[in-house]
Amino acid sequence: MEVELFFQQIVNGLVLGSVYSLVALGITLIYGIMQLPNFAHGHLYMLGAYLTLFMMTMYGFHYWPAILVSVAVLVLIGMLLERLVFRPLHNAPHINSMIAAVGVMLFIEALARKMWGSDYHRLDSPYEDAISLFGLTITQQRLIIIIAAIVLMIGLNLFLKRTVIGSTIEAMAQNREGAFLVGINANKVSLLTFGIASGLAAAAASLAAPINLVYPSMGAMVNLKAFVIIVLGGMGSIPGAVLGGYILGLAESISGTYINSEYKDLAAFVILVLILTLKPTGLFAKEAR
Amino acid sequence: MKKNPVHNRVSKLAVPVLTLIAAAIPLLTSNTYYLDIFIKVFIWTIAVSGMNIIAGYTGQLSLAHAGFFGIGAYALGLLMTKAEMPFLPSLAIAVVLTGLVGSVVGVISLRLKGHYFAIFSLCVGVIILLIIEKWESLTEGVRGLLGIPIPKIGSLEFATISAQYYLILFFLILTLLVNRRVIHSLVGRTFLSIRNSEELAEALGINVMQSKILAFVYSTVLAGLAGALYAGYIRFLGPDIANVEHTFDMLLYLLVGGISTLWGPLVGTALVTVLMQWLQSWQEYRMIIFGPILVILVMFLPYGIIGAFVRRKMKRQWEQEMQENSIERPGMRDQRLAGGELDA
Amino acid sequence: MLKLVDVSVRYGSFKALHSINLEINEGELVVLLGANGAGKSTIFRTISGLVKPASGELHFNGKEIGGWSPDRIVKAGIAQCPEGRKLFLEMSVVKNLILGGFVHRKDKAEIARSLQHMFELFPILYEKKDQAAGSLSGGQQQMVAIARALMAKPKLLLLDEPSIGLAPLVVEQMFQTIAEINRSGTSVLLAEQNAYAALQIAHRGYIIENGRLVLEGSSGRLRNNEEVRRAYLGA
Repeated sequence: MEVELFFQQIVNGLVLGSVYSLVALGITLIYGIMQLPNFAHGHLYMLGAYLTLFMMTMYGFHYWPAILVSVAVLVLIGMLLERLVFRPLHNAPHINSMIAAVGVMLFIEALARKMWGSDYHRLDSPYEDAISLFGLTITQQRLIIIIAAIVLMIGLNLFLKRTVIGSTIEAMAQNREGAFLVGINANKVSLLTFGIASGLAAAAASLAAPINLVYPSMGAMVNLKAFVIIVLGGMGSIPGAVLGGYILGLAESISGTYINSEYKDLAAFVILVLILTLKPTGLFAKEAR
Repeated sequence: MKKNPVHNRVSKLAVPVLTLIAAAIPLLTSNTYYLDIFIKVFIWTIAVSGMNIIAGYTGQLSLAHAGFFGIGAYALGLLMTKAEMPFLPSLAIAVVLTGLVGSVVGVISLRLKGHYFAIFSLCVGVIILLIIEKWESLTEGVRGLLGIPIPKIGSLEFATISAQYYLILFFLILTLLVNRRVIHSLVGRTFLSIRNSEELAEALGINVMQSKILAFVYSTVLAGLAGALYAGYIRFLGPDIANVEHTFDMLLYLLVGGISTLWGPLVGTALVTVLMQWLQSWQEYRMIIFGPILVILVMFLPYGIIGAFVRRKMKRQWEQEMQENSIERPGMRDQRLAGGELDA
Repeated sequence: MLKLVDVSVRYGSFKALHSINLEINEGELVVLLGANGAGKSTIFRTISGLVKPASGELHFNGKEIGGWSPDRIVKAGIAQCPEGRKLFLEMSVVKNLILGGFVHRKDKAEIARSLQHMFELFPILYEKKDQAAGSLSGGQQQMVAIARALMAKPKLLLLDEPSIGLAPLVVEQMFQTIAEINRSGTSVLLAEQNAYAALQIAHRGYIIENGRLVLEGSSGRLRNNEEVRRAYLGA
C-alpha cells in the first residue's frame, strides 16, 4: 500500500533524524563553547553502543539499565577527554585540537576492534514487536527511539534554559569573555559540556543499536553526517542541529526509497556541497564572535 | 635577520648529498623488502609534501587529500588499462586531471573558513571515495582495478624494483626541488602570511583567495602525482586507497616530521614508516598506539622533529640579536604632576 | 585596596603595558584617561584575569592576584563592566542579571534582593526584564552591563568606557549613577575617553599614553593641568 510505505519512510526518517539530532546536538554544544569540531564524537557514539551491548551480554543487564551505565561511563570518558586532551590544547592553534580529535578517534576505534573484534553484533532489545498506530504498523523500538529522543531534547532544553548551571553553557557560548567576567569557570563548563555531549551520543547509539547492529565503524558515518548537519544548521546552533538532523533523516529515508538506495549515503554530502557552495556560512549562520 | 652561514651551506649540500646516498642504495642492496619500503616512503613523501603546502604553509587543514591521491591513481590506472595509453602521457594527464578537480573543489571550498573548510574537505574526500567505490562500470568498484601495465618510457621498461626505485626517486627529488623554490619564493612567503593572519594579508593587498586556491591546487597535484606513481608501482588498485584513513596517516607523517618545514615530510614519512615496519609484530596494537601518538605529538611537539630543531635555532639567533642590539631601553619613569603629591 | 606594581603586559611580541604603577584606595572613584589604544582596556583585562601580566604584581586587599583565573578574581570582589559590554544578547535582561550574581548563586534570597536593588537603580530594566538583552538600545544595554557587574556585589567595580556611543543626556545620567554607586560604598575604576564628565565625578585620575602612565593626580589638578586640558578637554 502506498500510504503504508510512505508512512514507514516517514517513521524511518524520524528515527534517523532522532539519532542524527542527538549526535549533532553534542557536537554543536561542544563547538559552541570551545570552537572545536570534535571529530572523535562519532566514536564516542560507537563506544556507547558497545558498552550497552557489553553490559547486556556480559553482565546480563536489562536494556534500560545497560543504557544508563553506558551513558554514565561515556559522560566520564567525555570529561576525561576534555581534561586530558582538549583543555591543554585550548590555546594552541585550532588545527592542533582538530588533529588531536582525529587521534582520539583513531584510538577509540582501534580499542573497540581490539576488545570486541571487527564483527557485526546484534543488540537485542525487549521491544522487537510491532504495534499498530492509526491502522499503520510501526515497531516498538522505532517508536521508543523517537519518543526517547524527544524526551532527551526537551530535558536538555530545560536544563540549558531553566537551571543556573545549564545557563553557564549558553552564557559561555553566547559571549565567552562575558561569561568569564561574571565568574563562570571555563574549565567546569567545558567539562560539563563534554560530559553531556558524550552522554547524549551514548544514548543515541544505544537506542539505535537494535535496529542498526553494532560494529566498530558505526560511528564514522553518523559522525560525518552530524557534521553536515551542524554546518548546515549553523555551528553552535541548537535549533539548527535538531532541525537539520530531522531534515537529513527524512531526506535520506525518502531519497533512499524513491531514488536509489545505493547512493543514499551520498545524499548528505551532496547536500552539504550544494549548500556550502551557495552559502559559505551555512544555512542558519551564527555571527562570528 | 642574518642567516647563519653554516645553515645555508648545509641546506645547499643537503639535496645533492642525499640524492647520492639515495641513488646508491639499490646498488648496495637488492633486498626487495627494503627497496619496497623506500619506494613507499618516497611516494607518500610526495603526497605529504603536498599536504604540507596547504596545511603547513597556508594554514588550511584539507582532509580530502587521500581522495586526490585516489583520483591520480585511478586516472593513471584507467588510462593505462582501459585506454591503453603509455606511461608518461597517462602520468601527465592524471596529474593535470587531479589538479583540475582540485581547482574546482578549491574554488568552492576555500571560501569557507577554518573549521568549515576542514569539514567540507572531509566530506569531499568521502564523496570521492564513494564515487570510486560505486561507479563500478568505470572503476571496477570494490573488485579492484587490476593489471596495470609496467611503466615504460620509450624503450626503457621499469620492470625491476630497482628501476621503479629510480623512477620514483627522480620524481621525489623533482618535487623537493620545486617545493624548495616555492617555499623560499615570494609565493611561499605569501602562503605563510596567509597562515599567520588572513585579515592582515588581505589588508596588505594580497589576493588571499587566489593564493589559497593556488596552494590547494598545487597540493592536489602532488597528491595526484603520488597516486599515479603508486598505481604504476603496485599495479592494482582498490577504492580503499582513497580512504580518509590514509589522510590521517599522512597527517601523522607530516606532524612527526614537522609541519611547515621543507624536510619535515620526508623525515616524518621515513621515520614513521620505518617504525611501523619494526613494530610489525605488534600489528594488533599498532592502531591503538597510533592515535595517542598523534595526540601526544600535537600537544608536546606540535612542530615536529625538524620544526623543533628550526625553532630552537631561530630562538638562539633571536636571543643573540637582542643582545647585540640591546633593544630594550630603560623604561621611562612616570611623570607625576608637580603639585599632585603635595596636594593641599 | 588595589595596587598594581610595575605591571607589564605583552601581546605576543608587542608590549602593550610598560611598568604600570597604580593604586585605588577604598571608597575612591578613580578615572583612567587615555586615547583609543592607549592601554586602558589592557589594564582592565589584566586586573580581571583575562590577560596574564608578563611581569609585575597585582595586589588586592593584601592578596597577590596576578595570574589568578577570571572567576577567582570575581569571587575576590572585583567585577568588570567591559568595553563592548559583552552581554548575553540572546538571553533576557533578568537572566543576564541573574548570571551576574553567579558567584553568589547559592544564596537565592541574596540574589533576589540584589535584583530588586538593580531594578530600583535602573527602573527601565524592570520594564524590559523579560526582553532579550540584544533588543535593548545602547544606553539600556549599558545599564544592563553595569547592573550585571553590580550583581556580583563587588568591592571594586571596573567600568571600561561606559559612555561610548551613547547620547549626551544618557551619558550624564550614567555618570550620576556611577557617582551614586561610588557613594554607596563601591570603589570604582573608570576608564574613559570622555575626560570632562569623568573628571567631574572622580577623586583622582591617571593618564595613560602608549601603554605608559604619564600623569597622575587629583581630579582638580588634572582638570587644571595645561597638557590635560589641551589633549583631553579640548580647551
